[in-house]
Amino acid sequence: MAIVVWSQAVYTHASMSIIDPSRIRNFSIVAHIDHGKSTLADRLIQVTGGLTDREMQEQVLDNMELERERGITIKAQTVRLKYKAQDGIEYTLNLIDTPGHVDFAYEVNRSLAACEGSLLVVDASQGVEAQTLANVYQAIEVDHEIVPVLNKIDLPAADVERVKEQIEDVIGLDASDAVEISAKTGIGIDKVLEAIVTRLPAPEGELKAPLKAMLVDSWYDSYLGVVVLVRIIDGQLKKGMKIRMMRAGVAYTVDQIGTFNPKRTNAEVLGPGEIGFLTASIKEVADTRVGDTITEERRPADEPLPGFRPAQPVVFCGLFPVDSSEFEDLRDAIGKLRLNDASFEYEMETSAALGFGFRCGFLGLLHLEIIRERIEREFNIDLITTAPSVVYHMHLTDGTMKELHNPADMPDPVKIDHLEEPWIKATILVPDEFLGGVLKLCEDRRGIQQDLTYAGSRAMVVYELPLNEVVFDFYDRLKSITKGYASFDYQIIGYRTDNLVKMQILVNEEPVDALSIIVHRDKAEARGRVMCEKLKELIPRHLFKIPVQAAIGGRVIARETIAAMRKDVTAKCYGGDITRKRKLLEKQKAGKKKMRQFGRVEIPQEAFIKALKMDE
Amino acid sequence: MSDTGKTGLYIHWPFCTRICPYCDFNVYKDRGADEAAWEEALRADLEWWAQKAGATLYTSVYFGGGTPSLMAPSLARAVIEAAAPVAGAEITLEANPTDAERERFTDFAAAGVNRLSLGVQSLRDEALAFLGRNHSATETIKVLEFARGAFERLTFDLIYARPGQSLDVWRAELAEALALAKGHLSLYQLTIEPGTAFEKAVARGDWAPADEEMTAAHYDLAQAMCADAGLAPYEVSNNAAPGHEAQHNLLYWRYQDYVGIGPGAHGRVRIDGQLYETVALDKPGEYLAATPEQRFALSPLTGVEQAVEMLSMGLRLSEGISLARYEALAGAPLNDRTLTEMAGDGLVHVEGDRLSLTADGRRVLNAIVASLV
Repeated sequence: MAIVVWSQAVYTHASMSIIDPSRIRNFSIVAHIDHGKSTLADRLIQVTGGLTDREMQEQVLDNMELERERGITIKAQTVRLKYKAQDGIEYTLNLIDTPGHVDFAYEVNRSLAACEGSLLVVDASQGVEAQTLANVYQAIEVDHEIVPVLNKIDLPAADVERVKEQIEDVIGLDASDAVEISAKTGIGIDKVLEAIVTRLPAPEGELKAPLKAMLVDSWYDSYLGVVVLVRIIDGQLKKGMKIRMMRAGVAYTVDQIGTFNPKRTNAEVLGPGEIGFLTASIKEVADTRVGDTITEERRPADEPLPGFRPAQPVVFCGLFPVDSSEFEDLRDAIGKLRLNDASFEYEMETSAALGFGFRCGFLGLLHLEIIRERIEREFNIDLITTAPSVVYHMHLTDGTMKELHNPADMPDPVKIDHLEEPWIKATILVPDEFLGGVLKLCEDRRGIQQDLTYAGSRAMVVYELPLNEVVFDFYDRLKSITKGYASFDYQIIGYRTDNLVKMQILVNEEPVDALSIIVHRDKAEARGRVMCEKLKELIPRHLFKIPVQAAIGGRVIARETIAAMRKDVTAKCYGGDITRKRKLLEKQKAGKKKMRQFGRVEIPQEAFIKALKMDE
Repeated sequence: MSDTGKTGLYIHWPFCTRICPYCDFNVYKDRGADEAAWEEALRADLEWWAQKAGATLYTSVYFGGGTPSLMAPSLARAVIEAAAPVAGAEITLEANPTDAERERFTDFAAAGVNRLSLGVQSLRDEALAFLGRNHSATETIKVLEFARGAFERLTFDLIYARPGQSLDVWRAELAEALALAKGHLSLYQLTIEPGTAFEKAVARGDWAPADEEMTAAHYDLAQAMCADAGLAPYEVSNNAAPGHEAQHNLLYWRYQDYVGIGPGAHGRVRIDGQLYETVALDKPGEYLAATPEQRFALSPLTGVEQAVEMLSMGLRLSEGISLARYEALAGAPLNDRTLTEMAGDGLVHVEGDRLSLTADGRRVLNAIVASLV
């Protein structure tokens, strides 16, 4: 997916020599959405001659349709720039563009770890925003040198001095040497390039040491197979070399190596400090793990790089085709997406209500939504998404423990001794004025406060929270409560026992397994009530009245009734209206395909997710 | 040509002096051409259809619009003569209750029109103004009374469930209407149709249409009052004393054949045993400029299409449909389980070969038909 602009056919001459690491600078750009990260990247590529004007596509680095629409980056991407600095020396600058969402926090961390420094881009008319802060802390965490860049200085509302102060107060960075630019008009781009060379450190590495390279990211290309983005730490990566992935424990022979300039350019060798790609007839992205260490099979490094973490899906849900005849198409679509995204898991699932589908595991909700949207858009399959769930540890009375990915699979309660659920430690940075709302949200979600500190006008709160309370709409709620000014990061801290029960939803007296959820006993009634109320709104009136109930075991804890339809008849229908009437019926029939039949009741596909949203 | 022995003729006259804000019919304010040209065109159409579909004995004629009472009575006479309907055929003309039109009623009756359908819409001045009508309540009543004497049979339309119209207001208005009726009334719920001025007004938030509960209550009230007055609800929006049912409109609901001429007119015409949907060019200028061959687009209807049309029209009638006829057209019977469930919900009634809707069912006919097909 990353290969839209640097097309297969375009090659420049292969590089034969090793670049002196002192002439390399590896950097990423940290910015709030809309503050001009992509525009600056485009401008840097253009000024250094990476692409001709004709080849220049706006915002080359964000080239997946979905990424563009959502204004986020999902996969890390890289571009190598050649820049002749004022000292007369030609430098190689590698820019890595990083994903920007908490679901992909680990991928961001690895991309940043592949660089020595960052440009912190702040909109001079807007100032520092929540997301900036979250991202810049990640860069600080991996010891980056950071160069503040004030963008959009040509705007009438730009207030350079105020924003500099803010950078110093809020982030604690010296902003006196901040570079002032307008990425849109090109003002100051030369100064940015010069600052990259003079203020960011060069990479260090042992040319003679055994190969040690970090696997930064990978993606599937239909011509080349899996393309692996690597950062060389020590040693040399050469064409034809037999390499080993140290964590995955598998070996490959390198077919091609090279760089993105931004066109893909083949090379013979990559040395310390360089960022480039390799291909090695790897079939699936699943065979490559972000953060893994690549070494030479014949002369391996002693130790892998620190910081590796296997991808761990934390949110599970069922994906079912609305039209059950599309099951095989869905299997095919998921298989293809999985080629390019190893971080989600899937297995077949059968639902009494929904038929055949897949139980899928994701890094988080955004990740879930991205995959779902890609299936719907790129493969044109309408989906029903069931309630997202976390992985529970189910301790049975016979002393065994089973993982529970799907509430529908929960056995008879008498067989269960107790349930454990995953907990997270959440760190939230939030401007003072929104703190109250954030604390309430965390408390409502069964959070336990661990820490509350202030930095300037910002509070940092640390909460332990059940992941179950977070997966669904916590992030959305947090954004809305704080008007987008909060940043949020979390890590899983382990499993805890609690009083958890399975709540079923019955529509017209029949249980709909796809709407079952596991919920804390104390929350069940409130949750059940909200779900019944939501379903009452979401399920259209039928010809008969429909009871909607929430139940634990056999006990109904909440109930709503969808009244029967009262009037639905065309007032005037004569000779000239017959055709229109028939066409309307044909259209309605097609529309029914977006509904699922449960007994006599038709439930719209979006109801399965919307029923779970809590409007607080 | 018809397989039931009955064929109707519909003539669309698309011109109005003003366009009502709720109307989505094929209507034009500008007449555009003289009546001689229309007479020639309509005569040619009749000849063409007689050739195309075989000699036809029309059992009913209906002048709809638009405002067909704006055409010269002599034009109506010419069309009726050319159509040569069977003796005793019902010949209906739609008209608006204005003094200007009233003056021509006698001439229309002399031309052969034996049934008048008046677009009364309301007996309240403020409602008539809201509906964009160019007649007052007093004028309307005067015209109605005149028409009762001028035509053998008479019907008129009312529009109910207007925004803000309470049940009491509707009750009083309908009681007056029943007193003025001559055996037949059409009562239409105000619906907001795409492309109308009302649609824009509602979208702007100028006013909101009555909700489902309110329209249902208006409907139930009207059904009860008409029944009390001896006008049986023989169709969703039509009520008649025995023998006063609209014979031409029954053709549509019973899914029998009809030829449609004039701009935008639809027809259901059988040619060599195959039923066709016919649609005439809808722009008056284009219509006049075209030959009859060019005026009508004919598409054959499949058995399933015919079954769906027959069902959705037939269930509007209290007499319902023949299940065997549905099965013969569709090639498969209606789903028995669905019918049983609907009967259990008190919505449909099956007796022998007849499927009909109960009073509760008729209120939700669209949803019933959608579930059945």
